[in-house]
Amino acid sequence: MAGTNERVAAALQGLAHEASTGKDGMCVVRVAAGDAKECIRRLKERAGFETNTFVTGVDRFPKSPRHECHWQFMSVEHADRVRVYAALPGDEPKVASIVDLYPGAAYAERECFDMFGIVFEGHAGLKRLLMPEEYDHFPLRKDFPHHGIEPDRLYREWDRRRCERAAVSDHSEIADQ
Amino acid sequence: MGSLKPAGAHGQDEFGFLATRVDELVNWGRKNSLWPMPLGLSCCGIELMAMIGPKFDLARFGAEAARFSPRQCDLMIVAGTLTWKMAEAARTIYDQMPDPKWVIAMGVCSSSGGMYDSYSVVQGVDTILPVDVYVPGCPPRPDAVIDAIMKLQKKIEREKPIELLLSGDAVGEYDGGTKRFVRAPNHGIPTTRSHEYLAPGEWKDR
Repeated sequence: MAGTNERVAAALQGLAHEASTGKDGMCVVRVAAGDAKECIRRLKERAGFETNTFVTGVDRFPKSPRHECHWQFMSVEHADRVRVYAALPGDEPKVASIVDLYPGAAYAERECFDMFGIVFEGHAGLKRLLMPEEYDHFPLRKDFPHHGIEPDRLYREWDRRRCERAAVSDHSEIADQ
Repeated sequence: MGSLKPAGAHGQDEFGFLATRVDELVNWGRKNSLWPMPLGLSCCGIELMAMIGPKFDLARFGAEAARFSPRQCDLMIVAGTLTWKMAEAARTIYDQMPDPKWVIAMGVCSSSGGMYDSYSVVQGVDTILPVDVYVPGCPPRPDAVIDAIMKLQKKIEREKPIELLLSGDAVGEYDGGTKRFVRAPNHGIPTTRSHEYLAPGEWKDR
């Protein structure tokens, strides 16, 4: 889309970033993890990208830094999109949440946390979305076996809760029958 | 079961009597009044509804009274894909059903995980529940599930409730629903789909 790169470059004036055109012709911006939120704020306020399309993660396992977080934004007015990504250093990746800018990103960030273990700092309700809350693993990471891992901790957690329920319940025969 | 109703002509009492074995009477009552707990988790649920509906008419087998409260049910039909997230709820529902109770695993997903050879799906509900009858199919036709119910009725016929009661082990062979979260005994069979942890270099094709 003609003009997108220029608009993005103007919006990100003075912020360290690396813009390019992806294979699909989309404007792709690479920023440092610490600058990601500022970059996204500028894109929203100055370049008119008012819709967050998705938030997701990428695991480039043998490489380092291993994790990346990707955001995609759309501008209805200009009919174009931009993709922002940041490499997240360390084994416990974290990045600033954009929920205050795009409330709709809350679920996407929860899913991303669930699948990749990326912690979004500032997200008020960051808990697992798809997997049970007691699950120990992050299934879309590259070192996760696709058969899955027997969730032993789930058994223990359920067991504990059942005992708790039995202790407080009037119908204690639920657990004691 | 023998049933003798004296005719009035014999001049005995008007109320009649019934001669049978207690086991058989109890089993007869149980097998002809199974109340299903329809745990419709995915597409199998549709076939389950068809089965209960008028065309296939489960009422012929006394099992049409589907109740959505586990307290009123004694037959749990797990119809569909059981995910790990749902597993705790399924298990809790099973625990809340009063004894005696039976489980039918309807469809391949609940029987073995089916095509979902995945981290998120329980690889067979016998991982967490004691299953009496497995029904293959994706989804199985209502006829197949009715066949399963008839097989279950035959199974119930062979039970010995009085013996169990007198032995003080009324719950039966499976210590289900007690405090500890134990795995069902019939899950001891090792499968190729074991959940062993493999480091990335050890991944192998199946």
